[in-house]
Amino acid sequence: MLRVEDINVFYGKIHAIHDLSFHVKEGEIVTLIGANGAGKSTILKTISRLMDPSSGIIKFRGEDIKKVPPHQIIDMGMAHVPEGRRVFSKMTVYENLEMGAYIRKDKREILEDLEMVYKRFPRLKERLKQPAGTLSGGEQQMLAMGRALMSRPKILLMDEPSMGLAPLLVDEIFDIIEKLNQAGTTILLVEQNAHKALKVADRGYVLETGKIIAEGKASDLLEDDSVRMAYLGG
Amino acid sequence: MNIFLQQLINGLSVGSIYAVIALGYTMVYGIIRLINFAHGDIMMMGAYFAFITVFATGMPFYMVLIVSMVLAAVLGVTIESLAYKPLRKAPRISALITAIGMSLFLQNLALVIFRADPKIMPAIIPKRPIMIGPIQIGTVTITTIALSIFFMVLLDFFVKKTKPGKSMRAVSEDKEASILMGINVNKTISITFAIGSALGALGGVLYSVAYTQVFPTMGVMPGLKAFVAAVFGGIGLIPGAMLGGFVIGMIETITKAYISSQWSDAIVFGILIIVLLIKPTGILGKNEREKV
Repeated sequence: MLRVEDINVFYGKIHAIHDLSFHVKEGEIVTLIGANGAGKSTILKTISRLMDPSSGIIKFRGEDIKKVPPHQIIDMGMAHVPEGRRVFSKMTVYENLEMGAYIRKDKREILEDLEMVYKRFPRLKERLKQPAGTLSGGEQQMLAMGRALMSRPKILLMDEPSMGLAPLLVDEIFDIIEKLNQAGTTILLVEQNAHKALKVADRGYVLETGKIIAEGKASDLLEDDSVRMAYLGG
Repeated sequence: MNIFLQQLINGLSVGSIYAVIALGYTMVYGIIRLINFAHGDIMMMGAYFAFITVFATGMPFYMVLIVSMVLAAVLGVTIESLAYKPLRKAPRISALITAIGMSLFLQNLALVIFRADPKIMPAIIPKRPIMIGPIQIGTVTITTIALSIFFMVLLDFFVKKTKPGKSMRAVSEDKEASILMGINVNKTISITFAIGSALGALGGVLYSVAYTQVFPTMGVMPGLKAFVAAVFGGIGLIPGAMLGGFVIGMIETITKAYISSQWSDAIVFGILIIVLLIKPTGILGKNEREKV
């Protein structure tokens, strides 16, 4: 479904991503794990065209994404839940969800999807008229996810959804990720919390300074000694 | 007492002109963090557009106003795409200097085309004094206040309820997240310039009708005061620009009437300094931490 081939990405003069390739098949949860600064967020930003690779090809459902302007990526069925949630803090929860459906014109179905989001995140429904900036971190993460779902994505790119959340909430978020996947959404998950990520994922890639150093089935990576030493705390 | 009420209404009228001009500053600042110093000159161009339209067509006031606002919107969008858009990723100071350059360019363009001598703006709003109790109000004053408030209400509705209005708010908060939502950021910025410039032209037309003159540097002082109003209310905040405009207009009028007409500008700018010392984010501004 998503195929990244030999991409190189630069941050100014810094060579952040080196000849990186990986793929995500339909229906999978694939996770990219690695330490801070390994280039995980850069990869997601490059896939959703917020950044441009200096070389390499990214194909989504067979189409080269370079041919699509950044703001039309979402039309292709790709939604990105960015690092730090990035909800519109001065807009209400409801307006944030509306912005998620910005590209859509099918009003009836939008309402149905709103109901679906309320069902998945009941806490958002209680806070619809509140500015998003007044929500707690966990609620903002749920809003960011709900907002992304409003575009009816085929694939969801999630950047550090557990960042800065209390352990109980982290469990809740990963639970939701699994449920979304079961409902048919393909997920590319970037996480520092490698253990949790590998637990829910089908496959994983381990990144170090912009390169993939290990890949395989998530269950195998969980057992792999070198991965355990480096990322799972021994 | 009656004189005081009269002055209040004058202040309201002057203030509403400042308010509509201030909206242009604040909307543009809100969306691309640029103080568009050419905005006062877009207001001046708006006044010239109206002047030309009156003489070329003899259209009634409301038509003249619409033509002027549309032309100013086109001018604003053109300036943005030619001068500011290429600098979107450059340091902010580059765009600021460009804005000052654009301001001088527009003034000198007007000087070359229309000459330095002030043109007399015909009385396109029929002048008839209206008595409300003991207070006498001119039709120009009433029209100015009514039109300004009408467009402010319209803008408020647009920004709060319509899709392009909401995308404006989204882009002003977070451009990257807006792109992820599928919002065309460039288009949204263009819409903002179009609306801001049209409101500038509204201010320019009302100003030129009230003071019956059009000249190339007429945008400088009202532009500066509207900028003060926008900062006073909290730059980037639409209600702040409205409030700031009315307050500055009121202070200026009252000062002129009761203290000294020579001191009024000094007092207005003095107030700006005091406000910035006490509350750097303006009256309605919140102290926000810069997002990293």
